[in-house]
Amino acid sequence: MNLKNIINDLKELSNPKKYHNPISIKNVNKKTLQKMLNTMIIIRKTENKLAWGKRNNLIGGPVHLGAGQEAIAVGVSQNLKKTDHVFGAHRSHSHLLALNPNFYKLFAEVLGKKTGFSKGMGGSMHLFDKSNGFYGSVPIVAGTVPLAVGAAMAAKMKKKRDIGVVYIGDGSVEEGVVHESFNLAKIQKAPILFVVENNLFASHMHISLRQPSDKISRFAVANNIPFKLEDGNNVVSVYKSSKKLIDSIRSGEGPALIELITYRWYGHVDWRDDIDVGVKRSLKDVKNWKLRDPIQRLSKSMIKLDIWSKKKEEILNNKIDKKIQTAWKKAIKDPYPSADSTLKYVYSKK
Amino acid sequence: MKNKKYNYGTAILSAFEYLLKKYPEVFIIGQGLWSPWYVGNTMTNLDKKFGVERIIDTPVSESASTGAAVGASLAGMKPIVVHPRMDFMLYAMDAMVNQAANWSQMFGGQANPNLTIRAIINRGGEQGAQHSQALHAWFSHVPGLRVVMPSTVADARDLLIASVLCKDPVMYIDDRWLYDQEDYLPTIKEIDLKNQNPKISIKGKDITIVGSGHSSFLAREAAKILKKENIYTEVIDIRVLNPLKTSLIKKSVMKTKNLLVVDSGWTSGGFSAEIITKLVEELPTNCLKNSPVRIALPDAPAPTSKLLEKNYYTSTDDLVRATKKILKKLKR
Ligand SMILES: Cc1ncc(C[n+]2csc(CCOP(=O)(O)OP(=O)(O)O)c2C)c(N)n1
Ligand SMILES: [Mg+2]
Repeated sequence: MNLKNIINDLKELSNPKKYHNPISIKNVNKKTLQKMLNTMIIIRKTENKLAWGKRNNLIGGPVHLGAGQEAIAVGVSQNLKKTDHVFGAHRSHSHLLALNPNFYKLFAEVLGKKTGFSKGMGGSMHLFDKSNGFYGSVPIVAGTVPLAVGAAMAAKMKKKRDIGVVYIGDGSVEEGVVHESFNLAKIQKAPILFVVENNLFASHMHISLRQPSDKISRFAVANNIPFKLEDGNNVVSVYKSSKKLIDSIRSGEGPALIELITYRWYGHVDWRDDIDVGVKRSLKDVKNWKLRDPIQRLSKSMIKLDIWSKKKEEILNNKIDKKIQTAWKKAIKDPYPSADSTLKYVYSKK
Repeated sequence: MKNKKYNYGTAILSAFEYLLKKYPEVFIIGQGLWSPWYVGNTMTNLDKKFGVERIIDTPVSESASTGAAVGASLAGMKPIVVHPRMDFMLYAMDAMVNQAANWSQMFGGQANPNLTIRAIINRGGEQGAQHSQALHAWFSHVPGLRVVMPSTVADARDLLIASVLCKDPVMYIDDRWLYDQEDYLPTIKEIDLKNQNPKISIKGKDITIVGSGHSSFLAREAAKILKKENIYTEVIDIRVLNPLKTSLIKKSVMKTKNLLVVDSGWTSGGFSAEIITKLVEELPTNCLKNSPVRIALPDAPAPTSKLLEKNYYTSTDDLVRATKKILKKLKR
């Protein structure tokens, strides 16, 4: 791979050998830290379970797993309300679970069961949970970006303090509609947070093969949108920086963007970690990125301050494992949508 | 010379190789061109053989890639844009419809965008609404845009070459469900797309079944089954959807006096309607013994869930049953 032509604006943030140390957890209360740790562990284990399900042919459709990227949705979501409007894309399990860690409903959806988040009509790539503020995730890259801007505009028109949130990847900014959306949001002062999960890849292609710089927040500068750039595997900095931006959005300052550098532990789609859509990927890089583990870095910091322990973590791990096991078994047995569902949902109910 | 064995995918690959070797102005641009997951076995190692300057795997930018191909064609190149899924291509609507298709007539025929848009239909596998669409009917509605749907291994190769050599913008639509077919092909002979017509795939006397792309494949399969029950189907493969030439279909229906049209898109406003309408307009009154019938997808987005998906798509069995029903040979 030719990495020569890239402008490495991210510097050490994109270097997998850096940022392995425990994180600073100053000025964050214990309860929040524990909640974030707990949710990240739930997401990790859920994604691993789905990888296992895919590997064993128990899941039909494609799954885009977000293991390794948990800190982003978890950090951001601590600052969200159920009345906000959150949109996702193809890799959105974590975005939804961070708002509602109901892995049973996610399993059911991925398995195409009636009891799932989208009533079994969407599978992994089409998730919905309005009561928790999740307005939809879809696999067309950048498809939801203008929708989130519109939802933000609606909140503003209704004079609510609610905001729009959209998760996008480094690949999505290659679609023109994203730039139209940045501009429109700014000129409309739409209350929206653009959350950029920059994992340096869009399917099989490293960012250096797709863009002249690896820093996505340069587009925020171009649109005069306030932004922050953070280590996306540091849940505390994600939490704190997104809080600042969200506070300013809620107070009527218009859109903001947060760019978070991270890496996916699995390949682009499904369970293998050594290939991206059939193209080989560096396992050495994956190994190094795993040392920038958002869960372990938080856990170690908490243990150091004596607000957490190895023992407690073991108990928590076992507890979640058991619950995941039970939820999976239940979802597997759940019914499929009835045969009339294909036509039934095409138009609104009378 | 002995014919060589190909499958649908390697037939496409051989067309690419032929074009790239012979015509320096051919280049290919699109997403996933270096990934077997996106384009299957249709582009294997082209980047290595012909260089990444001519086999361009792009950023996630369907609109710009397609527009750029239109522009490059106006400047003398013969670009091929690849969209690994037709659904992704919808970001490129302006370049294809407003620009490429209208270009020639808007400027009094002084310039023709000589580009080929390869749109892949990639359905099934519980992928759902945004990864399953077969939108050939939309594009066949657009004057100026030639629309081609090869259904056989030979056409996969030969119509691709004809599309690229044709001076007009051509949308070449291949369906991943066709890739397993195998056939022995002779060496390449260039053909003129303008002279390409629907073809009779199987001769028969009892009923005419018309389809394109994967639906013609289903029709051929159904014909084999029906033959065992002494029902002789004439299968017509449309091949070129726009501009549509109907004389062969007309002749066939005048002979069989029965018509079943199969289409892989949705039913309402679909391509099946165009075929039936043209025939009804052109055929003598009372020529048909029975009302014409079409089989297409239900008017609903593709569901993801396993069982719903299975019911959603057309099967050979659906064609067999429909044929017997038309011919009133269905035992109950
Ligand atoms: C319009 C469109 N083009 C292409 C694709 C195929 N595709 C799916 S995900 C993806 C990569 C997206 O990369 P990024 O936005 O960085 O998200 P990540 O997968 O890294 O989370 C691509 C190209 C698509 N789904 N939609
Ligand atoms: Mg990415």
